Amino acid sequence: MTTAHTEPNYIGVFWWLLALTVLEIAVIYTPLAKLIIVILLVGLALTKATLVALYFMHLKFERSTLGLIALTPLILCVFLILMLLPDIS
Amino acid sequence: MSEAAVMHSAVEPAETPLTPESWGKLGMWVFLAADAMSFGCLIVGYGLLRHASANWPVPSKVLGINLTALMTFLLICSSVTMVQSLSAIKANDMRGLKKFLLLTILGGAAFLGLQAYEWTHLITERLPEVGLSFTTHLFAATFFVLTGFHGMHVTGGVIYNSCVLAACLRGRYGPKHVEIAGLYWHFVDLVWILIFTFVYLI
Repeated sequence: MTTAHTEPNYIGVFWWLLALTVLEIAVIYTPLAKLIIVILLVGLALTKATLVALYFMHLKFERSTLGLIALTPLILCVFLILMLLPDIS
Repeated sequence: MSEAAVMHSAVEPAETPLTPESWGKLGMWVFLAADAMSFGCLIVGYGLLRHASANWPVPSKVLGINLTALMTFLLICSSVTMVQSLSAIKANDMRGLKKFLLLTILGGAAFLGLQAYEWTHLITERLPEVGLSFTTHLFAATFFVLTGFHGMHVTGGVIYNSCVLAACLRGRYGPKHVEIAGLYWHFVDLVWILIFTFVYLI
């Protein structure tokens, strides 16, 4: 497994994370509608989290079943939000 | 790999099909999935309280975004030095391991120092000034529970990484232990990315 792939470009991932963070901070100062800003921010944050999980945590190079373990909390959180929605509407 | 498998066959009787290199990695992933649920519940709870509140402040107008951006930068850097320390020990470069793991530990410690500074400033000056202290608004409670829970994880990570470094230098730990410690450290970084977005920016 460890010999099957060459080492990912960690510094490249670092620059991406940095650029996306700067973009996130820039987004909150744009005069867009609140909803669009929230959608942009959530999208950027999830992209950054995915980059960390795929490259730094090597999920891209592991068996896909391990990825399912990593995805479980995300799916459960979506359920949690759906179950709580009646409370806030 | 085959040599290592033979060496450890007495300790690890059967291989897990998920993580053939070590059981420890699978264990860490299962722990992280459970831990992610703790953070997930706290973040969803925060969202619920915020949505239900009529006078929730805009966080970026109360909190110092610049300082937190620096803290985010520090954690991302320390994640990079963590993967570099893993590369170093894989290449049997103990000096590199020591350098990069020490930098990782320092990055985590600096993050905690900045957080302590931020908390002190918020509790003693900023929050009472804008009328959002513990007794008047849920903003303070949710903010300190979320960032505090994460800060405790960083504290744990700094201690964990220090122990791993000491054991590696004594030759008792190898690449797989550094990789497992790295998984925890990157998870702490990943969670901070989400907290930074949900608590500070949105």
